[in-house]
Amino acid sequence: MPGELCHLGEDRVATETLIACRNVWKIFGARPEQHLAALSDTGGTGMPGHVVAVRDVTLDIARGEMLVVMGLSGSGKSTLVRCLSRLIEVTAGTINIGGADLGAMSETQLIALRRQKMGMVFQSFGLLPNRSVLDNVAFPLEMRGQDRATRHARAREMLDLVSLQGREDYFPRELSGGQQQRVGIARSLAVEPEIWFLDEPFSALDPLIRREMQDEFLRLKGLLGKTIVFITHDFDEALRLADRIAIMKDGAIEQCDTPDRIVMHPATEYVAKFTSAIDRARVIRAGSLAEPGLANSLEGGAVCGQHTIRSLARQLVNDTRDIIPVTNPDGVLLGGMNRQAALDVLLGEGA
Amino acid sequence: MTLPSATRQAPPQPNYTRVALILLTLACGLGLLKSALPSGFVRPPEWLILPFADWINGFFKFLREDLGLLTLTRAFADALQWLLDVTANLLYGKARWPRIGPIPWTVIAISAAAIGYALKGWRLAALCGGTFVWIALMGQWKWAMETLSVIVVATPFSVGLGLALGILAWRSPRFEQVLNPVLNIAQSLPHFAYMIPVVVFIGVGPKAGAIVTIIFSVPPMIRMTLLGMKKVPPEVIESGKMSGATPWQLLRAVRLPTARTELLIGVNQVIMQCLAMVVLASFIGMPGLGQKLLQLLQALKIGLSVEIGLTIVLLAIMLDRASKAWAVRQPEHHAPGSSWVWRHRVLVIWAVLVTVAFGLAQVVPYLHIVQRSQAFSIAGPIDALMDQFIRMIAPVTAWLRWFLIVWVLVPLRDAFLWMPFTAVLTLLAAAGWAVGGVRSALICLGFFGAIAMSGWWDRAMITVYMVCISVILAALIGFPLGIWAARRAARAQRLLLLCDTAQTFPSFIYLIPVIMLFGVNDVAVVAAVVVFAAVPLVRYTIEGLRGVPSELVEAADMSGATARQVLWHVRLPMALPTIMVGLNQSVMFSLFMVIIAAFIGTQDLGQEMQRALSSSDVGKGLVLGFAVAFMGLMVDHLLMQWSAARKKALGL
Repeated sequence: MPGELCHLGEDRVATETLIACRNVWKIFGARPEQHLAALSDTGGTGMPGHVVAVRDVTLDIARGEMLVVMGLSGSGKSTLVRCLSRLIEVTAGTINIGGADLGAMSETQLIALRRQKMGMVFQSFGLLPNRSVLDNVAFPLEMRGQDRATRHARAREMLDLVSLQGREDYFPRELSGGQQQRVGIARSLAVEPEIWFLDEPFSALDPLIRREMQDEFLRLKGLLGKTIVFITHDFDEALRLADRIAIMKDGAIEQCDTPDRIVMHPATEYVAKFTSAIDRARVIRAGSLAEPGLANSLEGGAVCGQHTIRSLARQLVNDTRDIIPVTNPDGVLLGGMNRQAALDVLLGEGA
Repeated sequence: MTLPSATRQAPPQPNYTRVALILLTLACGLGLLKSALPSGFVRPPEWLILPFADWINGFFKFLREDLGLLTLTRAFADALQWLLDVTANLLYGKARWPRIGPIPWTVIAISAAAIGYALKGWRLAALCGGTFVWIALMGQWKWAMETLSVIVVATPFSVGLGLALGILAWRSPRFEQVLNPVLNIAQSLPHFAYMIPVVVFIGVGPKAGAIVTIIFSVPPMIRMTLLGMKKVPPEVIESGKMSGATPWQLLRAVRLPTARTELLIGVNQVIMQCLAMVVLASFIGMPGLGQKLLQLLQALKIGLSVEIGLTIVLLAIMLDRASKAWAVRQPEHHAPGSSWVWRHRVLVIWAVLVTVAFGLAQVVPYLHIVQRSQAFSIAGPIDALMDQFIRMIAPVTAWLRWFLIVWVLVPLRDAFLWMPFTAVLTLLAAAGWAVGGVRSALICLGFFGAIAMSGWWDRAMITVYMVCISVILAALIGFPLGIWAARRAARAQRLLLLCDTAQTFPSFIYLIPVIMLFGVNDVAVVAAVVVFAAVPLVRYTIEGLRGVPSELVEAADMSGATARQVLWHVRLPMALPTIMVGLNQSVMFSLFMVIIAAFIGTQDLGQEMQRALSSSDVGKGLVLGFAVAFMGLMVDHLLMQWSAARKKALGL
């Protein structure tokens, strides 16, 4: 199975779907239903004064998966994540979370769901300016009525997790942007959510801090094993963090696949525009070039499928074999990698 | 002069000048042909004048007697009276429950200083404490506390009411739509218009003063609440929702705390409005500083009224600075490991000092209450100094008075009264059309048509003439001053601070110096209004000029423009929309001031309003009040419409 990531392997296929979107539409305007009807009836332009923010999105997110939704501003990615958390109501379509229909939930059920199962991180942090760092992190716990001592204890734990010990009594405006976002992350994790939404969490930060926060995020992700929906407009960030990437344009999902496959087989021209500018060797991993059919007559040292072609560059140049064996991290043989193909990736197609 | 951004603006502005010119010609024609006009064109004919006053009186009679509203309002007033008595007992020892007062003045001064220190440090502490020391030592304790007790009782009511109505308006856009025009009118009604209905329902005295203060100070709180609620960033609300907050939790724990600054600015405005009103409420028998000032001014005791005036000014500055400091205060963390005493050091020091002061006050009566006979007074020296000063400049003021009355005021007044009302209406329609087409023309006609139909045309024209001349004079002073001040940053800063401070004074204060200089006549009124109206003009001129984007000025400098060219071709055109906002405020302030100044003898709407007040004639009082409000609203519409169009054209 070329293109399947070795470290995900078979497990992901087996895991159940946690969030299922079916034909979700979100239209802003005075009469969204009529607009939708006009769109589907005639296939025409619909009514004036309406904006389609999410267009017929069907998407499954598996338990424990990290999905990155990537798109430029105005592509509807933030709207989509707000539909998933029902911060805004969808115009049409259904969203199922753990088997329950999100749209059919009552206000009380929705609040209970958010108190138990959801956490969200916001682009401009969304911290309460009048509360100390500790009280901000404890806020979701306070909302569900936990007493002061327990919620403070839990909040301290969370602050340790994001390395903000000693800042408990500070107020948001006394912290740097990166630190504020750490508070936002700690708050979103305070209730131990199953599902973690992050809406462009690092976009408001400057590049160095952003990089640092991405590393921090990868650490947390490995530690916690949550189902994550991550929004970004930064393609590099998406490639760096994602299990799967959904690329959005004008409210619709253009392609939803693993980073390797998006880079190697862009589904549309729009996606290709993103992928053309990036260094493919940094994204494509040996595992995705391994072909099981070539694995029969292999001998000698193997490479780990998780490594990117870029990190294998020296070895690829020096190794004289035509076919190089590839294994997964446990040492199980995945297949053989055509060295010429790998060099093509490394040097670019035209080289 | 067109800026690049103006030409880039795509939507073609309809050109209103042609119709406006036709209307202007028509207005001039009507004026020139006055002698040939039938009398119905010169003054509103009998059949046009509607008995609004009778209708309002009928309506109020229905409210009072048939709906039994009187018992309700009296019951509310009695509850308020009880609260006033409690504060009066605590502050100056009025013999009422709980009979523990009066609190020694030293304790109150120390407490004020502690609050000042906690809010902003030593300077505010000195201002707050010093104000109370001054009040006590000058022997004005009782009057000042009478005034303050009303503010203390009225402010929470106004804030609560404003908060509730503001939240209601934020929740229901339909309610907001209804509330907005009501607020517009309420904020342009002169102070006296509020007093008359209150006198009818409550009578005169402190509780009437308190109620009128509450009603008068609610609108800004509603506005600021609405603004604050709308300004809460959507992400903060979303983060609250994602934290699983119920709608009530969201309001209490997320929206209101996040809107803190706006809400507290609202509280600041409520306090300042309360002070302004409570001083004026002396007209309906409210005891305190205002009443004292009124008596002293009427008796022309300048030295003593300056003393009272200083107290009012000090109170105003103190209340304004303290409440603003509270509004902009940001929470700060304590260093980890600091002890309880250190974290609450202001509280601890306050407690110690207050205990000491209480103890000393028992031993030394002077520290408890300063008797009248023990009080300082600087009235004598002030009177002497003023006498000398006035004698010195008497030739100037006398000449100025003569010149203004004979050559400016009387001819202008005659000109305004000479104009046929049809000509005035056509003129206003022309102005409206020039600014905003047929809609604005109709709005102008509507507002002034209603005034014509009220039957107070002549009086209204006198008010208009007073406002016109005052605003023109204020502009002649305010513009150059503003332009001069805006040339240097530090100078602009200083003058802005001065304007800020001057704007906190209750309007009444402005009458003291002008009566001192000009005596009791039209010139004094105009002088007071001019000073009062010049303040916003200076302020907005400076803000407009300083607010011009620096790249524009730099670009002009690099094009080799001289300072004068930069001013005329870059700064002024860009600043004009802001300056118009100042002009608008200036007109509003003049209207209010002209009406207040009526008690030193004018023949305009204000004088009639005072008559209505003394005879408790609600209908007449409200008709006059609305006439004033309509003038204000019309000017507001014209200037704001123009300013908005201009801003749009400049791409601001």
